Amino acid sequence: MDDSPILVVTGLEAGVADEDLDILKGVDLAIGPGEIHAIMGPNGSGKSTLAKLIAGHPGYEATGGSVEFDGEDLLDMEPDERAQAGVFMAFQYPVEIPGVSIANFLRTALQSRLEDGEELDLFDFQELLMERMELLDMDVAFAQRPVNDGFSGGEKKRNEILQMAVLKPALALMDETDSGLDIDALQIVARGVNTLREEDPAMSVLLITHYQRILNHITPDVVHVMVGGKIVESGGPEVALELEASGYEEYRKAHAA
Amino acid sequence: MPSNEVIQGLGLDDYKFGFVTDSEPVFKTRPGLDAEVVRQISARKDEPDWMLKRRLKALRIYDAKPMPKWGGDLSELEETLSRTYFYSKPQEQMERSWDDVPENIKQTFERLGIPEAERKILAGVGAQYDSEMVYHSLKEEWESKGVIFDSIEDGLKNHPEMFRKHFGTVIPAADNKFAALNSAVWSGGSFVYIPPGVHLETPLQAYFRVNQERLGQFERTLIIAGEGSRAHYIEGCTAPVYSTDSFHSGVIEIIVNRDARFRYTTIQNWSNNMYNLVTQRALVQQGAHMEWLDGNLGSKLTMKYPSCYLMGEGAHGEILSIAYAGDGQHQDTGGKVIHVAPRTTSSIVSKSISKGTGRSSYRGLCKVYDGATHARSNVECDALLINETSRTDTFPYIEIDEKTATVGHEATVSKVGDEQLFYLMSRGMDETEAMALIVRGFIEPIAKELPLEYAVELNRLIELEMEGSVG
Ligand SMILES: Nc1ncnc2c1ncn2[C@@H]1O[C@H](COP(=O)(O)OP(=O)(O)OP(=O)(O)O)[C@@H](O)[C@H]1O
Ligand SMILES: [Mg+2]
Repeated sequence: MDDSPILVVTGLEAGVADEDLDILKGVDLAIGPGEIHAIMGPNGSGKSTLAKLIAGHPGYEATGGSVEFDGEDLLDMEPDERAQAGVFMAFQYPVEIPGVSIANFLRTALQSRLEDGEELDLFDFQELLMERMELLDMDVAFAQRPVNDGFSGGEKKRNEILQMAVLKPALALMDETDSGLDIDALQIVARGVNTLREEDPAMSVLLITHYQRILNHITPDVVHVMVGGKIVESGGPEVALELEASGYEEYRKAHAA
Repeated sequence: MPSNEVIQGLGLDDYKFGFVTDSEPVFKTRPGLDAEVVRQISARKDEPDWMLKRRLKALRIYDAKPMPKWGGDLSELEETLSRTYFYSKPQEQMERSWDDVPENIKQTFERLGIPEAERKILAGVGAQYDSEMVYHSLKEEWESKGVIFDSIEDGLKNHPEMFRKHFGTVIPAADNKFAALNSAVWSGGSFVYIPPGVHLETPLQAYFRVNQERLGQFERTLIIAGEGSRAHYIEGCTAPVYSTDSFHSGVIEIIVNRDARFRYTTIQNWSNNMYNLVTQRALVQQGAHMEWLDGNLGSKLTMKYPSCYLMGEGAHGEILSIAYAGDGQHQDTGGKVIHVAPRTTSSIVSKSISKGTGRSSYRGLCKVYDGATHARSNVECDALLINETSRTDTFPYIEIDEKTATVGHEATVSKVGDEQLFYLMSRGMDETEAMALIVRGFIEPIAKELPLEYAVELNRLIELEMEGSVG
């Protein structure tokens, strides 16, 4: 396995597109193949902005620095091109698509990855979808429900992981997937992620969370602390435990200084 | 043999494909309209005297009525009408073979997923084709059950009494200016009779029948569903109808007798020079169900409000409509439900999509007469705007003279959001696919009611139509 990092973020500065608002103020981050990185940090520190920038949200704009994925300049690519290259973001706030069933949605997403003229095999798809739903303890009837429409908070999160499990990304950005999940659901989601990593040991994860708890189930290689649009500390899993005990106060002071 | 086909591309709001041939019709009236033209039409059709008199009377009503001032912009219509040929009889057999149809047109049909038989009709292949065989075998089955499914002209010829008894009773000439016009110059359309108690599984599809005549400009359809009968009539298709005519004004009359169930499905996609002003109405008797499923695409202006007059106790009326307004188009559509009898129920679900400078209006009437006790009606209209320049309005008219009636109305307007697009694109779909999926989801509640092949066509059309809609 090639050990050079799959994602390299260098000096990334970014804000809201067409507005004079800096959110990220020089982020450096390198994730190797198969690595799990967690990012923790206070509300509003820029965690989601970083994830959206990597996924290509049109509402945000890089004003400095670079993002490379698998050696390619990610910032030059459309969101669909990034997805096709293997980037996946599990949204903090998943979006409702009325009238479009999960099955239809995922079928369209998979079909869009095929060459022109190539048709997705519907039996293979059906099989994959059923298997993934089983992995995530989801009722098969769920596949016929319109995407996120009327879902509970926890159902939306689980649906994000279902999509991830079907689309099998090389890099998964998980933005607070654990928020709003009950204890059982948390374990199920963690099992899903771990199964995907067993299937593809090169899959990398950037996991944004406020709670140390999920890291008991998905063990990170590196934990970063983001404050005020910067990564202010990086370390092993112990960083998360320390944060749990002492909060962000110290980092805030240091950052303000 | 066509000598100067003009073939363009494909689409809904730009009419981009079709044929124009230089073959002259065997007969046509001179442009414009007067009593002489009406007499010529009637004589050509060899009609009984009573019909000629009806036509002439309708013409007087038409002349007397002013142009409607509501709905869409009709200011250029007078001029258009003065140029219109109100009747033209095409050559008997358009000799054109499938091999003569240019490759790119065939590909277009394929891309649209249009069934083989229908493709040939659309391409104007006038020789013998599969659909005729299908039609003939179905026709035998229908005839054995006493079902009549004929051209309106043959209906008048072969079933004069039934025809005369019902023609113009649902939509009299005096109903509105365009009903009067149609009553004066009608030509083409269907005559359908379903005997009491007969249930038809296979839908009556107009395109099997219209193949030789093409859909008339002033089509007239009369349908009588006998007591306790069940049937479904389908007209139109989603491929753009090419026509040099710029005015289409149909009248569809349906009588749904006691305890019968009838559904009328139309999907039409007109070229964008077309005024499409149609009156369609059903009389629904005791315990009967009527459903209008109406899809309007293309045209310059469409004004169309299918209606149900709920005449007998417990009658039910349903109107489901989808309208798509592309650049420069105005879809003024909706529905009318008139509750006359107790315990009548109705529902209107209307979905419109406006793209570019397209404009869609929902215009609906719910009227409950005094004595229609415990009548219930529900109206839901949803508009989807694709671009900043797209426009939508809602004009719900509600008139209730009965205390025990319950009427609900709900209207929503949504825009395709950046967040929605990003969500889908972050799963790998390009902008067009993402947009098409959102639009399909929006119309899904109605599209799922369509026969499968129509739903598939509609979905593909939406995809084609969304190309270049973003950015
Ligand atoms: N579109 C926007 N317009 C204006 N401000 C924005 C926009 N998007 C983000 N911000 C601001 O940027 C900052 C960082 O937001 P971001 O969502 O990245 O925070 P976060 O670290 O994910 O917070 P949380 O833990 O609450 O999810 C916040 O102050 C937020 O208000
Ligand atoms: Mg966030």
